[in-house]
Amino acid sequence: MSGLIFNLFIFVLASFVGFELISKVPPTLHTPLMSGANAISGITILGALIVAGQTDNQTAQIIGFAAIVFATINVVGGFMVTDRMLEMFKKKDKNDE
Amino acid sequence: MSNFLPPSIQAVLPNIIQLIYLVATGIFIFGIKRLGSPATARSGNQLAALGMLIGVVVTLFDQQILSFEYIIGGIVVGSAIGMFAAKKVEMTAMPEMVAIFNGFGGGASALVAWGEFSRAVDPAAFATQDLVTIGLSILIGSITFTGSFIAFGKLKGFISGNPITFPGHNIFNALLTLGTLGLVGWLAYDPASQLIFWLLFGIALLLGILTVIPIGGADMPVVISLLNSYSGLAASMAGFVINNNLLIISGALVGAAGLILTNIMCQAMNRTLTNVLFGAFGGDGGSGSGPAADTDKTVRETTPDDVALQCAYAKKVAIVPGYGLAVAQAQHALKEVVDKLEKRGVEVKYGIHPVAGRMPGHMNVLLAEADVPYDQLYDMEQINPEFKSTDVVLIIGANDVVNPVAKTEPGSPIYGMPVMNVDEADRTIIFKRSLSPGFAGIDNPLFYEESNQMFFGDAKDSLQALAKSLDEV
Repeated sequence: MSGLIFNLFIFVLASFVGFELISKVPPTLHTPLMSGANAISGITILGALIVAGQTDNQTAQIIGFAAIVFATINVVGGFMVTDRMLEMFKKKDKNDE
Repeated sequence: MSNFLPPSIQAVLPNIIQLIYLVATGIFIFGIKRLGSPATARSGNQLAALGMLIGVVVTLFDQQILSFEYIIGGIVVGSAIGMFAAKKVEMTAMPEMVAIFNGFGGGASALVAWGEFSRAVDPAAFATQDLVTIGLSILIGSITFTGSFIAFGKLKGFISGNPITFPGHNIFNALLTLGTLGLVGWLAYDPASQLIFWLLFGIALLLGILTVIPIGGADMPVVISLLNSYSGLAASMAGFVINNNLLIISGALVGAAGLILTNIMCQAMNRTLTNVLFGAFGGDGGSGSGPAADTDKTVRETTPDDVALQCAYAKKVAIVPGYGLAVAQAQHALKEVVDKLEKRGVEVKYGIHPVAGRMPGHMNVLLAEADVPYDQLYDMEQINPEFKSTDVVLIIGANDVVNPVAKTEPGSPIYGMPVMNVDEADRTIIFKRSLSPGFAGIDNPLFYEESNQMFFGDAKDSLQALAKSLDEV
């Protein structure tokens, strides 16, 4: 099985997992879910690391640097702002009179 | 970093890295699962962040990585910007924030593909399938990048929220889309051609702008969800380029999430995705395309004392908040009113329309910020059957989502959109600045109903006045 076909299998199966996981999320959590998922899409940082860390070609390294900056903003900012939101979600305090 | 390790470990390192990627994948899936319930969501997000950290650290041991200046520099700069933005952003500005982060994610994926492409000494040495994935990664990543920035600009008001179109816009976009796909194919056929590469990159960036600019400000929630899906797809494509399963899987998960949320938003607005993308509907208000409020119909204006009296002696009060509440920064004033009512033994529930706010679930976050417990918030399906037994509904800064026209007038643009059945309650009180129509520019007959009263003014001032009056009842 060629690499591309194998990767396609993984892609399709992972998409199904995604649909299953997310279709049950209640509307209350849609904003944090979107912002958290957004942070996860910053996973592309792994590719950026490789491009910036190789030494074959300096132009590519600079492109990789820009990719790391972009992806890190996405990852760090995304997870932090999601955490900030979820921190505020509280259940009704039963001791509250 | 791999050269610091003993040779025996170096030999099996690629396998170790893959296995740890597998662990990170599991952590992501588990994290997303925990994001599905309010009680576990925070830990779910933290788990996902942990998965990301593991992925990054392990990748540093990849044998291709030999220099670290650019990596360290990039991470420091990116983290500083990301942290600053995450700490400073107002909760009302979350949609813009998500849009711009999205853009950066998509942009990063395009850059990864570009970097991989330019790193090769001889582009012709690439296998055809690699060139196709590089082309697609650049295409999707670039569309996400510029599209997200346009969405950001529209939400922020830098760019007019009204649809911006020119004659033949949709046909032109369709041709461009076909053109870019053709260029991806051409790149695979002739990778040595710089011209083709740059043409693809340039047109993809342009396409991002041209696809989002004709979409009205009111439809931005759908666009953001869709772009979120794209940024996942772009990451997945970048995974195909560098042959990395963790990227492919995480990207696919995000792609699926974005697609589901897009679908939910479309349903809540009773629109098809095609209509949102190509319909050039829904300005940013202001332009008032709808008919002006009829002058011969009368509305009943009310006072804080009167509202206080009605609410204080009600059994059951429902609150329907809209984005106007957030614009007026009146969440805390609302919470104060609700606290006072609850102290008197009134049962209070918040009814949240799926498109209240500027993105799916936005209103819930805004109310959470004002310390409203999430178990007091009810989805539209949960609260709709309850309006019949509700004494007073306070509608604050919402308009289209309570417009009965959506149920009664087949000719109306919002006909068929699921709305809150507030007209079934004994009494409705609308907090509003004026009689102007909302986003969709459609007059609301509820204003003139016998059972309705208008409480004119800024939402925050009105609620503060109401809180004060409640003390005196």
